[in-house]
Amino acid sequence: MTAIEANVHKDQSSLGTRRIRGRHYILLAVVALLSFFPFYWMFVISSNDSSAITNIPPVVVPGPNFLRSLGMVNEIINFSVPLLNSLFVASVVALSQVFFSTLAGFAFAKLRFRGKGPLFIFILATMTVPTGLGIIPFYFLMSNLGLINTLASVILPGLTTAFGVFWMRQTIDGGVPDELIEAAKIDGASNFRIYRSIVLPAIRPTATVLGLFGFLAAWNDFMWPLLSLNSPENFTVQVAVRQLRSAYFIDYSLQMTGAFLATVPLLILFALVARRMVAGVMAGAIKG
Amino acid sequence: MATNSKKLHRADRVSGFLYTSPFFLIFAVFGMFPIVYTFWVAFHKWDPFSEPKWIGLDNFTNLMADDRLWLAVKNTFSIWLLSSVPQIIFALFLAWVLNHSRIRGNTFWRSVVLIPNITSVVAVAVVFGQLFGREYGMVNWLLTVLGFSPIDWVNGSFASHVLISIMVIWRWTGYNALIYLAAMQAVPEELYEAAEIDGASKFRQFISVTIPQIRPTLIFTIIVSTIGGLQIFAEPLILDGQGYGGGVSRQFSTVTLFMFEQGFSRFEYGYASAIAIVLTVIIISISLVNFLIVRKIQKA
Repeated sequence: MTAIEANVHKDQSSLGTRRIRGRHYILLAVVALLSFFPFYWMFVISSNDSSAITNIPPVVVPGPNFLRSLGMVNEIINFSVPLLNSLFVASVVALSQVFFSTLAGFAFAKLRFRGKGPLFIFILATMTVPTGLGIIPFYFLMSNLGLINTLASVILPGLTTAFGVFWMRQTIDGGVPDELIEAAKIDGASNFRIYRSIVLPAIRPTATVLGLFGFLAAWNDFMWPLLSLNSPENFTVQVAVRQLRSAYFIDYSLQMTGAFLATVPLLILFALVARRMVAGVMAGAIKG
Repeated sequence: MATNSKKLHRADRVSGFLYTSPFFLIFAVFGMFPIVYTFWVAFHKWDPFSEPKWIGLDNFTNLMADDRLWLAVKNTFSIWLLSSVPQIIFALFLAWVLNHSRIRGNTFWRSVVLIPNITSVVAVAVVFGQLFGREYGMVNWLLTVLGFSPIDWVNGSFASHVLISIMVIWRWTGYNALIYLAAMQAVPEELYEAAEIDGASKFRQFISVTIPQIRPTLIFTIIVSTIGGLQIFAEPLILDGQGYGGGVSRQFSTVTLFMFEQGFSRFEYGYASAIAIVLTVIIISISLVNFLIVRKIQKA
């Protein structure tokens, strides 16, 4: 092959690569459109009046009525109440999952105590138990504890998760050197002191992602809240949206306004932490 | 020194117990106890108006003769297949694109594909329910513009399964794509170079290099989506709008939804618990089949 031929060959292949890259961008743009469209659509429908929804062809741009829809939704359910309830529930669940998971993860990764191995395997095994299927006795239990229709009933079961303990054990095992902990012990530091001053700072990024997942899961949870919370002052956002759907009339602009209100806080949160969330999903994949 | 290390050991024992006990406490009370109790309830006739009465296997024999169960089983499997098979294919393809083109804005595109997953099922069902509405939905409008006849997405049996599957696919494809992407990034570049030298096309490389290399991850996601998919209820519940029936002719009633209906709308606690146990058995059987197939593939 002469030099010229080789050059031509190279040009062709880079042209081909460019074409493939172009195709990839188009594909990703389509995926992005599909990802965003439902969110856009919530706003389109909630900002148009009900008659616009029955238009043919459909109205595809936002209208001027968002504040009016907001007002109508608030007449049915004062939406600030479920928003604050969800914020409270999701924050408590997130903080508690981080605290209990890192604490147990630390114990399983770095402390020596009897039954450690079997207990950890037991925790892994619990992940395969379909606990959602115990919902009937679960309801009786909550009812006997007097917790039905309280926010405590939706917070308590989510305080710790097997996945959290497992993930934090793996993170602490690989992320905190044994020597550091031994040195601190020789200096007379208590285990809790070691946890607080060495372990937690070392794994903060991963622990944050765990908290974010916990927050999202609690914010979006709806089956159990729907069964337990039955007076408007205790509704979480998902229950409130569901109420709008099963209200006496089917009004899509109100439903969509509710769905929009329930989603916007998550979109804002996601915009702030997307990079970490992506890293967390991908890291979890390798360890899982 | 010896007493010192003994003291340290005792400190570890105490802390180990203290630090791990919250999980076991919460799991025992809110996870294990209800599951075990479900077995007891399933052998009783129990409603809000009378004391539980032992009836042996009656709930199970009645259940086996109940057409609603078999319809729910059929619907559940149909929705599971319609949602998981395309989802895995799309996710693999998306991960391949994210991995194999030196595209700009990696973080941006990865975040974009994750966005659907942060949305609640309730919001998804509201939006998709409207988009796929019979009279004024955007999708049916597009179909008529393209010369097809509109589809009754909610009231049709197969159509409603497709609609529910679209919701699941929309919500989970990007998440799975990121998991596959992470696995694909761990595949050694030399394997692709070697395949390239052998003249393998991009598609061939995908089938013969990528898929075998990420097989453990693939299997993991299949198992997880099986356990989750067979318990599906949230999308059908909200699609119905009114109750736990799963549509006017139960066309999208799933096994879990049937359990909720019996437990919380008909208040047949024993019968609902029997449904829960039947579903557990189904999930365990499918997981075992999964496991056996995987072992066979790995041996081959």
